[in-house]
Amino acid sequence: MRQLCKGNVAVVKGAILAGCRAYYGYPITPASEIAESAALYFPQVGGTFLQAESEVAAINMVYGAAAAGTRVMTGSSGPGVSLMQEGMSYLAGAELPCVIVDVMRGGPGLGNIAPEQSDYFAMVKGGGHGNYRNIVLAPASVQEMADLTMLAFDLADKYRNPVVVLTDGFVGQMMEPLDLEDREIRLPEKPWAVQGTPETRANLVSSIYLETDELEDHQRRMEAKYMRAQQAEPRYEVCHTEDAEVLLVGYGIVSRVLLSTAEALRQEGVKAGLFRPITLWPFPSQALAKAAAKVEKFVVVELSNGQMVEDVRLALNGKVPVEFYGRVGGNVPSVAELQHQVLTRLAVAV
Amino acid sequence: MADENVISVLDPEVKSEVSNNGYELVHSKSPLFYDLYERKSELKHQTHYCPGCGHGVAHKLIAEALQELKLQDKTIFVSPVGCSVFAYCYFDVGNVQVAHGRAPASATAIKRSCPDKIVISYQGDGDLAAIGTAEIVHAANRGEKITVFFVNNGIYGMTGGQMAPTTLVGQKSTTSPWGRRPANEGFPLHMAELLATLEAPAYIERVALSDNKNIMKARRAIRKALELQRDGAGFSFVEILSPCPTIWSKDPVEARRWVLENMTPIFPLNVFRDRRPEIPVGKEPPQRTVADVLEIAPKDRALAPAALKHAHRFKDVKIKIAGFGGQGVLLLGQLLIEMGMREALEVSWLPSYGPEMRSGSAHCHVCLSKERIGSPLVSCPDVLVAMNEFSLRKFAHEVENGGLILYNGASIPADFAAPGTQVVAIPAAEIADKLGSTKATNIVMMGALLEETECLAPGTALSVLEDKVKKLDLLEIDRKALTAGRLFIDDQAHIGAVSQPDGFA
Repeated sequence: MRQLCKGNVAVVKGAILAGCRAYYGYPITPASEIAESAALYFPQVGGTFLQAESEVAAINMVYGAAAAGTRVMTGSSGPGVSLMQEGMSYLAGAELPCVIVDVMRGGPGLGNIAPEQSDYFAMVKGGGHGNYRNIVLAPASVQEMADLTMLAFDLADKYRNPVVVLTDGFVGQMMEPLDLEDREIRLPEKPWAVQGTPETRANLVSSIYLETDELEDHQRRMEAKYMRAQQAEPRYEVCHTEDAEVLLVGYGIVSRVLLSTAEALRQEGVKAGLFRPITLWPFPSQALAKAAAKVEKFVVVELSNGQMVEDVRLALNGKVPVEFYGRVGGNVPSVAELQHQVLTRLAVAV
Repeated sequence: MADENVISVLDPEVKSEVSNNGYELVHSKSPLFYDLYERKSELKHQTHYCPGCGHGVAHKLIAEALQELKLQDKTIFVSPVGCSVFAYCYFDVGNVQVAHGRAPASATAIKRSCPDKIVISYQGDGDLAAIGTAEIVHAANRGEKITVFFVNNGIYGMTGGQMAPTTLVGQKSTTSPWGRRPANEGFPLHMAELLATLEAPAYIERVALSDNKNIMKARRAIRKALELQRDGAGFSFVEILSPCPTIWSKDPVEARRWVLENMTPIFPLNVFRDRRPEIPVGKEPPQRTVADVLEIAPKDRALAPAALKHAHRFKDVKIKIAGFGGQGVLLLGQLLIEMGMREALEVSWLPSYGPEMRSGSAHCHVCLSKERIGSPLVSCPDVLVAMNEFSLRKFAHEVENGGLILYNGASIPADFAAPGTQVVAIPAAEIADKLGSTKATNIVMMGALLEETECLAPGTALSVLEDKVKKLDLLEIDRKALTAGRLFIDDQAHIGAVSQPDGFA
């Protein structure tokens, strides 16, 4: 049965259903409901909630819990996630699974608390030091906030890598029906974890490889794992694409506005469709390139000055014109605004 | 002094001899160390520490204590950044290597994941007292049941001799080339004393690896700290003043003497805390099932059949509700989507959560739809519920042509016009007041909305109110408010009036 739920709260509900029993975090708008609901729910199901002294401490607590083999998460927004980048690099380097939720707000600096999608580069390209990748999932609804958080834990364990649930202030703050099913929690074995037992005594969790060849080997192993993820994990959704001549591309809250825009454009006789990446890394490049076969023009819309559009252009490799429209500062474009922007760009093409 | 424990850890195969100065020399290492340091890339028979370095002695004392206390299989050793970054090469226990300064944070979570295990955070002075100051203070303040060994040699060793927060006044380093000047760099930081100002720690002692007598004291302190952790006593902390002959440019004997003569006057050896802290337990959270906590209702509890009967004569309805904070603007939106959900519609609610709300005004976007909802943003509402004049003037222009504006007010302001829309003034606050609570203003508006648009069933509204409003007297007022709102619109329609200032024409 459906229940009404805030996006940020749905994240925590999904996490608990995924068997996560440890939350370490620090409050920040517009992500605070994640910490608040974790504080409310986790201790009632035998889990741990701890409000850390900073995001720096929080992510290193996540590191500790992950090293001990616990399913663990944290949540934050831009400025807090910036502080976590060092820890995320360590987590990736030590191959520790964890889930980090970034409810994006306006930046740079203190910016504001309205929605933006300007952490794309930081999360998708890796904002910390060194060669590593985050797996990045982009929910666009309250239901997906729960579902993709559950998936995030599975992927984190599967690839022994941090997984980011990248969303924005609107998806975090909005309420929609949420359908949850109680399910048996099956946690994977983690024979590599350090748990203070005779069986795990020989284990070492570390990201330091002093010898150049050792570090290169380590990175090659990580690359191989990232290649596997690129093969197996790209996820996306398409709507109205069968006969689409113009394909609108956006993720998160923007994809919702774009769906309405595509439908409004169709009312006016413009064959518009929507391509919504669900995984931002691995980016669904192949699917996008395939979708391009019949498309005359792509219009990418983001709440940024143009970040994901680079991945769209890489995927299409110059075969189809790619237009970009971005709003920043916390402004979310309306359907009418996007309709106008698309029509203007189509007119230029003619 | 003769210490029986020293003998007890010795392997029968250990070779010992009497040296020419009469001391017994023991050639052995604790079985708690790996036989061969395989994790090193070369020189696997020896550590990477310099001759005379305090880390070797500290490692040995910790290893022997763990061995004596039979804790090897239970121990998780957290090594930091600094010279002891490679402690995992030596200690045959579970090892976790962590980021610079963050060992107390990581150890916190490790201990909470493994509460009956022994978690050791081993840190140098740059790590603990500079970059990691926040983490150590807060771990200590929470009384984390971990043991921290803080090796203080007054310098950054691994990076080649830069100034540490514990560098003595006047002491030269590569980043204090004329000696530490308090006017520029402040004074040496006294971590043991600082942590002893906190309530939670169970044990804090400072020891020195300066001479045999003090090393034996250090040995006892290390063992005690681990025993306390084993017994669940709380946070234990041993600061170990330690020689760094290489960076100090002294030979090992000189360096030890320097610890005693120069460091101990500034960092006095003392037991700063030795008591089991009394930590109030507080209210324990209830333990419930996952389904219960997450409000997952059983599958068979289907939708109320009455709610499904309502005819929705629309594809979708977009509503914007706006007013001051405290007028129940956000709540009214939530009630509407709860009703919509119960009537098997797709629904969404998006609040204004920005500074706007904090400075006193609030609005929310509500979508009710028979189909999947695209944008949850309502830029062009079909219905605007304006709870005050400010919102009426601010949002009226957004309303769709042919749309509806419901205004909480005795009359529409004389100079207000919204061409192409129907504007109805409802003296909702006044009605709610008369019913006994101004708080019910939003429910009067809801009644008016339901009556005017018929978008949702009043019966659903009642059942939602019954579920959501816990106080019976308030619920009674809300019931009346809902009816009053509906009746007001009904009366208006009946007499054919568009809107009357008194609302009771």
